[in-house]
Amino acid sequence: MNESTIQPSISPPRHPSGPRMTSAAVVARKPKRMASVQTAAKRVTVEGLNAYYGDNHAVRGVHLEFAPNEVTAIIGPSGCGKSTLVRCINRMHEEVPGAHATGAVRLDDIDVYAPSVDVVSVRRTIGMVFQKPNPFPTMSIFDNVAAGLRLTGTRGVKLRDRVEQSLRRAGLWDEVKDRLDAPGIGLSGGQQQRLCIARTLAVEPEVILMDEPASALDPIATLRIEELVEDLKQRYTIVIVTHNMQQAARVADKTAFMLNGDLVEMDSTEKMFTTPSDSRTEEYVTGKFG
Amino acid sequence: MSTLVQVSGRRRRKDQLMRGLLGAATAVAIVPLALILYFLLKKGLGAWSGNFFTSDPNGNFLGDPGGIKSAILGTIEIVGLATLIAIPLGIAVALYLVEFGRAGRFGAAVRYFIDVMTGVPSIVFGLFVYITLVLSGVGGGFAGWKGAVALALLMLPIVTRSAEVVLLLVPDSLREAALALGAPRWRIAARVVLPSALPGLITGSLLAIARGAGETAPLLFTATIVQGTSFNLGQRMNSLPAQIFNDIGQAQDRLVARAWGAALTLVLMILALTVIARLAARRSRLA
Repeated sequence: MNESTIQPSISPPRHPSGPRMTSAAVVARKPKRMASVQTAAKRVTVEGLNAYYGDNHAVRGVHLEFAPNEVTAIIGPSGCGKSTLVRCINRMHEEVPGAHATGAVRLDDIDVYAPSVDVVSVRRTIGMVFQKPNPFPTMSIFDNVAAGLRLTGTRGVKLRDRVEQSLRRAGLWDEVKDRLDAPGIGLSGGQQQRLCIARTLAVEPEVILMDEPASALDPIATLRIEELVEDLKQRYTIVIVTHNMQQAARVADKTAFMLNGDLVEMDSTEKMFTTPSDSRTEEYVTGKFG
Repeated sequence: MSTLVQVSGRRRRKDQLMRGLLGAATAVAIVPLALILYFLLKKGLGAWSGNFFTSDPNGNFLGDPGGIKSAILGTIEIVGLATLIAIPLGIAVALYLVEFGRAGRFGAAVRYFIDVMTGVPSIVFGLFVYITLVLSGVGGGFAGWKGAVALALLMLPIVTRSAEVVLLLVPDSLREAALALGAPRWRIAARVVLPSALPGLITGSLLAIARGAGETAPLLFTATIVQGTSFNLGQRMNSLPAQIFNDIGQAQDRLVARAWGAALTLVLMILALTVIARLAARRSRLA
């Protein structure tokens, strides 16, 4: 695992190719240490984060911390800002027209919103899995997994090895190893979602954001994704948004509860579901609203 | 409480009436199309003889009037060049509008002018090229490439409009997936959006080519009507629509027959192009 893919660059951010080339070169030159159980997963610290869609204030001054090698679930009713919060962590929020965010998101000690940081390296270090499986329809299974490397112009990586490793880690290798050239959209919904996870893993992130990754899947496929999340936390910091409280209880070490853009509280999952400090959390997890 | 009842006779009669009306409308729409094909085949096939495709019009007052070789080759050359100009440019404009200029005044202005251009009569493009390129004597007078420019201007808004619609159909979730992997916008456009939209882009481009290949007015005073075959786009050049226009107004039956033969040829050429491109699009989707 590479230790630092986010490179505060010297060149102005107007030239995205400059810093990207630099970081790619650094990654390529770094000796591989795959064999040892290296925990390069990073701590994500959100400090005073406010997110807006135009005038709509969707996330209101949130402070929280996601620990390495842990799964943190974010729960809350629809529209509470949980998706927006995770989309601020890898700066996907700013892609929405009219949207902006203030505050800081630190990856260990680097602010991903610092002007010298290249957004491309942010998104490569903080991967994202979406609610609906979204493999690229024109690409084969192999090409889908390799897409992240190709789309970012990464060189010096043995594609074949990286694709196999990513598919193995996503628990999909045995099912697809004989048909890597088949179209990615020919897979079942659950397999497609694991393909998307493999695609995210292939660029070697340190943090993985999952935005309701199982809500479009059947119960068995959901279970497989949850087992996978359990495996993946050995290597990564995982943040999972879910509207399914049982899911949060099953997979998460810590749980954060959001309401109307505010973070109500965050604690160990067990405490959140048994003896939460805030009465609103108790009402939500016991199904009184939401 | 309501219970299950039979469908009322009134509702069933209404359903049958509406189905009948829709069927009749379809039939009415198909009749002219079938008649066109019938007359094209009946009159056109008769004109196809031994040297119809291998000889140029010779202008002889009596005897064999010659074939349409120069017109076929001229159409291929002129439309080919127009395609090379209009399709890359049109798709590039559409890509700009969809990927970079969705909001904003510039995008809106471009979109408006494309709509206006779609409505401009084809003879106006011919006139425009006649004034700017032919009368001004850029590289001589009448020339095949000037006809191609006129056709390209006509095809450009058609390509852009159809490409924009198709590119908008590419789901945003794919753009999002690529963005989340750290891909820059231009690479997403080139490697994700364009390939996903390819079959639709081909269909739209074909419509534009078919439209361009059938246009007469932009060619009459740019490439003009000549007899001989030319492979030099800098010279005057014959074309199928121009040849048809010329022959159909003649007093001699053998020339009118040649016009029908040329019309059938033009229709079959466009049909063949459509079939080939459809097959290519299907293959590219499977790959």
